[in-house]
Amino acid sequence: MTMPPVWAELAYLVAAICFVLALRGLSSPRTARTGNLLGAAGATLAVVTTLVVGHLHHLPAILGAIVVGSLVAVPVARRVAMVSMPQLVALFNGVGGGAAMLVALVEFISAHGHEAHAALAATVFTVVVGSVSFSGSVVTFAKLQELMTTRPVVFPGMAVVTAAVATATVALAVAVFPSHSTAVVLVLAAVSLVLGVLLVLPVGGADVPIVISLLNAFTGLTVAASGYVLNNVLLLIAGTLVGASGTLLTRLMAQAMGRSVLSTLFGAVGGGSTLGATAASSDRPVRSGSPDDVAILLGYAQSVVVVPGYGLAVAQGQHVVKELVDLLAARGVDVAFGIHPVAGRMPGHMNVLLAEANVPYDQLVERDEVNPRLATTDVVLVVGANDVVNPAARQPGTPISGMPILDVDTAANVIFLKRSMRPGFAGIDNELLYQQNTTLLFGDAKESLTKVVAAVKAL
Amino acid sequence: MTEGVALLTIFVLSVFTGVEVVSKVSTTLHTPLMSGANAIHGVILVGAILVTGAATSGWELALGLVATLLATVNMVGGFVVTDRMLEMFRVRKPAPRSSGSGEGSAP
Repeated sequence: MTMPPVWAELAYLVAAICFVLALRGLSSPRTARTGNLLGAAGATLAVVTTLVVGHLHHLPAILGAIVVGSLVAVPVARRVAMVSMPQLVALFNGVGGGAAMLVALVEFISAHGHEAHAALAATVFTVVVGSVSFSGSVVTFAKLQELMTTRPVVFPGMAVVTAAVATATVALAVAVFPSHSTAVVLVLAAVSLVLGVLLVLPVGGADVPIVISLLNAFTGLTVAASGYVLNNVLLLIAGTLVGASGTLLTRLMAQAMGRSVLSTLFGAVGGGSTLGATAASSDRPVRSGSPDDVAILLGYAQSVVVVPGYGLAVAQGQHVVKELVDLLAARGVDVAFGIHPVAGRMPGHMNVLLAEANVPYDQLVERDEVNPRLATTDVVLVVGANDVVNPAARQPGTPISGMPILDVDTAANVIFLKRSMRPGFAGIDNELLYQQNTTLLFGDAKESLTKVVAAVKAL
Repeated sequence: MTEGVALLTIFVLSVFTGVEVVSKVSTTLHTPLMSGANAIHGVILVGAILVTGAATSGWELALGLVATLLATVNMVGGFVVTDRMLEMFRVRKPAPRSSGSGEGSAP
């Protein structure tokens, strides 16, 4: 690679500054949108600069690939439904990892393996981690899109198989150094793809977002390594920024769920702690009510806390729930939303969803603040949430053990709007459903809410 | 060798910057932040363009173009989807109460 001229280096510096400010902007609600636009501006500047100064061959083909990529990405990103955004982020991350892996591969082929040791190490790192990130992200996409089961996938001897594949990956990675063989690198890429699948398969349910964040940080690091190989400072800075902030973000997410990142990854393989006590309870009696019963409970309560979950997002019921809350508030009921940080498929999912329906921020009360209030709350209305209110989290030996939950069971009355008795994303039964003071209203969250709204109006 | 040290220096300083700038993020913004960071690593597009532009064989060109395509999807799609998430924050009612928005930036 020839060194770019000084003005191009300066343009890269401006782009790097944009990225730092973008990440800082994204950390606060007021500046988030500007931050993202700043990031996009920085990226555009970097790409245009590269196209101008790169002394590039095949320019029409490159521009063609960029146009096709944009034509694919923009409509998908614009049209995706609110509920599907998490898996789209996973997919975008995966293709980024795949791109980094291919860049390393092409660079290796064009150098005929004659890179300096440090650059070769960075290339091998990018091939391995980029492949893991790609195939791992595809599996998380399939899980969230429910193309496959969302529960942990474990087969007998999985730990041994995973260990063997990991060992093979390390051995092949080492073998690249003396052999400088393209064939070895290609096999290494293939084995790493398998490793990515094996690492993500046993991750189930609510842990998937943490893994997406982790793979996102991985991709960042591969971009940094590519920057080292290609001697491109911007890639080094941008990749490292994402790698570092992504790692911290992964830890913050894991903390919000009361678990460590390592146990997220290896919990299902190591312990077999999942799947116990699951089934065999569906014939226990539950109390189900009509929309009118629910409306009476809500309309004559003094205080109501609404706990939204994934079911609300699926049903697109955010506007109806807002209408219900406004109705109750107009009747003088003290009403708020109890937001669990990981309700939905991703941390902050509920905040985004309710913001879409113009629910004011001060009605959204986070877990630690709402929990002390719940014991004196008359009615808790759980809309499409399950795992985040499941008292099983307080006992050991379940997939969600240790996750801080909303202490809904301390409230005087609990109303569940549920589609069916099916357990939640984590696949465990919820004791709360069988409690004396729990009322269930079966059906699609939006339809149920619409009926309840009509019933409250009629009170 | 000195260049290696310079790159190492940049790497280490970027690690600290990366951790520092997001350390005060509120849970509300975990998802958009992840998505935004995801878009930023789409600048691997720069690397993809560079290796494709220097390709000397059909294989290199083909792989490079696939890399360019994938990186574009990552970068462009990433920024657009993040903007869509954040649009929803903007459309809320004007200034609920000062306590409400202050809470957003608290750790």
